[in-house]
Amino acid sequence: MSADFLSQGLALSIPELILAAGAMVLLMVGVFVPADRANATVTGLAVALLIAALGWMLFIGGRGEAFAGAFVQDGFAVFMKALTLIGSVVALAMSVGFARAEKFDRFEFPVLIVLATLGMLLMVSANSLLTLYMGLELQSLALYVVAAINRDSVRSTEAGLKYFVLGALSSGMMLYGISLIYGFTGHVGFAEIAAALTGGERSIGVLFGLVFLIAGLAFKISAVPFHMWTPDVYEGAPTPVTAFFAAAPKMAAMAMFVRVVMDAFAPVTADWRQIVVFIAIASMLLGAFAAIGQRNIKRLMAYSSIGHMGYALVGLAAGTLVGVKGVMLYMAIYLVMTLGTFAFILAMRRKDEGNVENIDDLAGLSATNPVMATVLTIMMFSLAGIPPLAGFWAKWYVFLAAIEAGLYPLAIIGVLASVVGAYYYLRIIKLMWFDESVGGFLPVAAELRLVMGVSGLFVLGYVLIGGPIAATAEAAARTLF
Amino acid sequence: MAVRLRHRALARWRPGREIGEAIMISGLGAAFFYLFAFVAVGSAFMVIAARNPVHSVLYLILTFFNAAALFLLTGAEFLAMILLVVYVGAVAVLFLFVVMMLDVDFASMKRGALEYAPIGAVVGIILAAELLIVLAGAAFDVEKPAQTALPAPNPVVRHNTAALGDILYTDYIFFFQIAGIVLLVAMIGAIVLTLRPQRAGVKRQNMSQQVARTPETAIDVVDVETGKGI
Amino acid sequence: MDAVIASYLPIIIFLLVSAGIGAALLIAPFIVAYKDPDPEKLSAYECGFNAFDDARMKFDVRFYLVAILFIIFDLEVAFLFPWAVSFGEIGMMGFWSMMVFLTVLTVGFIYEWKKGALEWD
Repeated sequence: MSADFLSQGLALSIPELILAAGAMVLLMVGVFVPADRANATVTGLAVALLIAALGWMLFIGGRGEAFAGAFVQDGFAVFMKALTLIGSVVALAMSVGFARAEKFDRFEFPVLIVLATLGMLLMVSANSLLTLYMGLELQSLALYVVAAINRDSVRSTEAGLKYFVLGALSSGMMLYGISLIYGFTGHVGFAEIAAALTGGERSIGVLFGLVFLIAGLAFKISAVPFHMWTPDVYEGAPTPVTAFFAAAPKMAAMAMFVRVVMDAFAPVTADWRQIVVFIAIASMLLGAFAAIGQRNIKRLMAYSSIGHMGYALVGLAAGTLVGVKGVMLYMAIYLVMTLGTFAFILAMRRKDEGNVENIDDLAGLSATNPVMATVLTIMMFSLAGIPPLAGFWAKWYVFLAAIEAGLYPLAIIGVLASVVGAYYYLRIIKLMWFDESVGGFLPVAAELRLVMGVSGLFVLGYVLIGGPIAATAEAAARTLF
Repeated sequence: MAVRLRHRALARWRPGREIGEAIMISGLGAAFFYLFAFVAVGSAFMVIAARNPVHSVLYLILTFFNAAALFLLTGAEFLAMILLVVYVGAVAVLFLFVVMMLDVDFASMKRGALEYAPIGAVVGIILAAELLIVLAGAAFDVEKPAQTALPAPNPVVRHNTAALGDILYTDYIFFFQIAGIVLLVAMIGAIVLTLRPQRAGVKRQNMSQQVARTPETAIDVVDVETGKGI
Repeated sequence: MDAVIASYLPIIIFLLVSAGIGAALLIAPFIVAYKDPDPEKLSAYECGFNAFDDARMKFDVRFYLVAILFIIFDLEVAFLFPWAVSFGEIGMMGFWSMMVFLTVLTVGFIYEWKKGALEWD
């Protein structure tokens, strides 16, 4: 058995192998290259590595299950892994200039990003509770360190510590849930759990396990009521790290969430739907109302991400093919909008103050940096969900799925929350275009200009290119059913 | 796992006892189970109730010991020993080290915690009530895992550690290798967060230089004239 | 379960005997020894002095670094026991599986070494 078992598994997990072996090579390169060149060399190699993994997965890699069903590479996994890898690559590329300016250019940073991404890929491919937990821990452990990597800054270490303590708590809850599920169904594989739940009556123990599992998952996507860490970590961590946090881990955690409930707990859809509906409503409302008073743009993005996770969960609550497709498209569009916005935040540099993070610093930007102001305006309109920008279509997919599934109250609350949420996005636009200027920003680095440009074009042109993307997502979502 | 992999070593094992018998609690086993379980819960409670943090850690060690004993009762001898080696031998000692060496006034920290005690108590009571409902309402179906898991090999034929080794490195190679990478991340993380760049101007030993010294490089023969010095 | 307990009978007896001896040695002085308590007997004597300060003070974080690195390698060694015990059963796959695992940790070890985490300046 061992030859087949191993060769099949290795063949399917080549993207993961590239990252794992690559991370070790990077670590060795980092310590043996002279210190002044180490960060630049390793960052460049890390970007190449992530792109190699992405290319292999999309164009060469096969599909199927491996390691006795612990690992699965299907269309859904490939779609979400592609988003995760794109998020990691862009966040890493954006970090170079900032790391140099803020003096945390340490080569461990790209290595840890690669290892965290490896954990995320495992999460997306998890087809058993064991893989899920191992991937999650690998990702979380790397992220705790990355959050605190600027260890001479009190805010950064505080962010890392907060994230670690709350993350460990959520991992504990999740393990408790996993042990209950194993105890009551006798399985850890998703397919076997589903089979065990289909026949007999569902026991209350499994439901408790499910609740604890979902609590842990909700923490990882920062959904209410497990969102407390998000604003502090977003604000405290160095900005490129925040950009990474907002992009890649969200994709992987949401993919994991979708697969767990759609695969393992499909027979008890009515039960988990109640929880997901509650989380979605609470996240949308809190994201909309709590963001209004924020002065720091990173905190604002934290509340914005809480709200957006709520909208994405609306699609999941539907529990249908259209719903899963909606979640996938929502995450894809959210990824582009987030990366574009964070490219802008990273570009908010003044000559004598360094990086600024206050919303008031944006006042009158249209007079000094009209191009930047235009890009951020597009992003804000899109995040608010104004047609015909991409953000509108993202909401359209998930609300449509909710209505098709008969969840009218959820869809109505979602629309109301996005109206409230539009207020703070529009406030930023008003500040930029109609207020007195407080001084412009330094010229923007080339990589940030590229990210802003591409994401701006994507958001603007989604009407034109949305069809093929939606078709891809639908084909990928079909592999879950 | 979709495919239940059977290892060739399994073929040699004869089921030593009926499945299900292993989980029956009776007689001497029951007495020991309740002894260890109650001491474990009691000392776990004392971990958070003790005023002196050093006592908390000592109670934690007692909890680990009882958990290890519970592992022993279920026949998981290797896990019991690892729990002692890793948790008592290393983790708890590190905790003790931190608690005793850190310049933290724990008494004043605890004072603030008392304000939140009512909320904590409410949450705890709700959780405990939920658990009671679970356990009373739908008795924990312990037979389920016993039915689906591989039958534990007869300890006389193949002892626990070997049974674990038979599958951990082959059937579960995937998880085993991820565990290795998790340890690597822990190593990198510990160094990134704590290691300071070394101070300049510190004299260190250079072994290869020291060993490579020859009489020619080490000794200077000088003719000293009387009364002059070098 | 009783079979498991039976196989640990020697340890149980050992624990009971050692607990008995320990308790006896603790209790015996209370009964046998001559007692004349006096606060002066507990005070600092001649060249001794009372504690100046709390024994707790800030320690160099490198102590903890060494401890954490020890725990990591401790866990690594824990994985070696079952491997060694069933070495004959697991074949080439088991052998190379462990070699890969050790390589991963060796890479970490080289990193540690080169970073100077094992040095104490």
